[in-house]
Amino acid sequence: MEWQEIVYKLLKNKISLIGLVIIIVLGLIAIFAPWIAPPQNPDQPYYIPRAGWGNEPKPPSREHIFGTAEGQYDIFYGIIWGSRTAFIIGFTVVGISSLIGIILGTISAYYGGWIDEIIMRVTDIFMSIPFTIAAIVMTTILGRGLGNIMIALITFNWMSTARLMRSQVLSIKNEEFVQAARALGANDFRIIFKHIIVNTIFPVLIQASMNMGSIVITASTLSFLGIGTPEGYADWGQMISYARNWILGTQGNALKYWFTVLIPGTAITLFCLSWNLIGDAFRDILDPKMQS
Amino acid sequence: MFSYIVRRILILPIILLGVTLLIFSMIMSLSPYERVSAYVKDPAQLKGGVAQLDALIEKHGLNDPWYQQYGRWLGNAVRGDFGWSESAGAPVTQAIRERFAATFEITLFALLPVILGGVLLGIFAAVHHNDPWDHISRILSIIGWSFPTFVFGLIVLMIFYGVLGWFPPGRLDNWALSIVNSPEFTNYTGLYVLDSILNLNFPVLLNALRHLVAPVFSISILWWAFLMRITRSSMLETLQKEYIRTARSKGLKERTLIYKHAVRNALIPVVTVSGQMVIGLMGGLVVVESIFDIRGMGKFLADAAQQLDYAGVLGGAIYFGFILIIINLIVDVSYALIDPRIRLE
Repeated sequence: MEWQEIVYKLLKNKISLIGLVIIIVLGLIAIFAPWIAPPQNPDQPYYIPRAGWGNEPKPPSREHIFGTAEGQYDIFYGIIWGSRTAFIIGFTVVGISSLIGIILGTISAYYGGWIDEIIMRVTDIFMSIPFTIAAIVMTTILGRGLGNIMIALITFNWMSTARLMRSQVLSIKNEEFVQAARALGANDFRIIFKHIIVNTIFPVLIQASMNMGSIVITASTLSFLGIGTPEGYADWGQMISYARNWILGTQGNALKYWFTVLIPGTAITLFCLSWNLIGDAFRDILDPKMQS
Repeated sequence: MFSYIVRRILILPIILLGVTLLIFSMIMSLSPYERVSAYVKDPAQLKGGVAQLDALIEKHGLNDPWYQQYGRWLGNAVRGDFGWSESAGAPVTQAIRERFAATFEITLFALLPVILGGVLLGIFAAVHHNDPWDHISRILSIIGWSFPTFVFGLIVLMIFYGVLGWFPPGRLDNWALSIVNSPEFTNYTGLYVLDSILNLNFPVLLNALRHLVAPVFSISILWWAFLMRITRSSMLETLQKEYIRTARSKGLKERTLIYKHAVRNALIPVVTVSGQMVIGLMGGLVVVESIFDIRGMGKFLADAAQQLDYAGVLGGAIYFGFILIIINLIVDVSYALIDPRIRLE
């Protein structure tokens, strides 16, 4: 299937169109963050400004349209700049770990033998520590900070791409067009990049799109547990961790602090939802078995 | 079949060794001063200041070459000694032994509804392919799959405890806890549900169940959505197979066709992803136990991480990894039992 056809079908599919629209809106918010929520301190725009030092969250008002969280962090500012954090984490982690997975999976399948055996056993080992738990361990050791979170997530996120890519390459490496290229004297490098990867990349892209959501969820889970981004950093998971102490409201008004959890919760859910919608539609379009 | 299982079991030590090496290399990226905390049970031990620390580092050989340290660490680990956990105030192994039952209980109660509900909904959606029902369940499953467990758990806590007061956090109310800790109550397993049945104490049983609802529900929703999706697409694929068409054309009843012929084959991919589901469930446990204040392995890991209790975090990770390896082995073997094609590889 050609690129143009896939894009056309993605745009025609209502479900993926919704996903695409949400992503574009969030993307625009991230790009124009400095204009939507001008930072008070331009050197450190990712740190949320505080409106005072009181502990109790304040409900939405004219100055703070989404209210303030525990410690008077402005929720609106955190949401706007948090979208940047989400995109940075998503693109960096999914991009780099997919690349690692593509390279290792391709080498493993293309050369086979003991190279395959070693790469696959290393993959098994990395998969033997549950993903979230491995990320917790590594961020604990590296310390808090956006860069450290991303390193931890990349370290334990490349394996499923490697396995997928390996099975993809295995299924096509003996096809006639690859043999023809080899007979024509193409070297391994050219065969892998020009013929094999181009013909096996789509399932990896579907996986990457589904991965965007779950990576951002894991990253914000780390912040939620208090071991992710530093205190006061514009990050949706962090904003929700500020809601933890207030979740039960006050006597007689259990929902008093609803905004502290529902507003950042909506942002992160919408982000993941849109990537999953796109990935889902993408899969339906590319899977020939689903065409009839 | 036999050789497949043997091969699978022979790989096991390599994987285990690899996991310990991986975790050990993470430990080694810490300085000896940070690593020595696993040997300090009492702050009074540190009265001597840096000199005291250096003595401790020397005593435990934390400046030795890495392979010597790895050998010693592995020897201790095999004996179940992972050092002192500062956050739990106990040795890591003891802390985990005390907390294992709570985690096991949640997992046990989550698995059945998740598997049954997810699979049944998936079959239902596939049988009604392209009906409104199919679309509704599909959209619900995508939304469920996009909902972070920690957001969902907090909302459940807010509504079902804050507003309605139905499902309180913790494992038991105080009155039930005092019964459980009293000498008349025998703790056979540490699973309060099972123990209260064995002790014939039904108020405690009801209380334990009541405390399980919210965490189990919060952890399940994601995997419910996940299994539904997998079952649906696998079922759709199976329903297009030729043997189904043949069975239909010879006049088989639709019910028999679906439940006898299609479902069995459609469930094979569901078994494959169950390993992935276990990985996710373990991550979810960390979040859910923290939110609902349940003293389990997940909360232990989260607390240890927050307090930079390295021994606790690494010991916890090894235990989780060990359980995962065993579960993966079970999944692979049962996969080979179900699908004869695997055995021939």
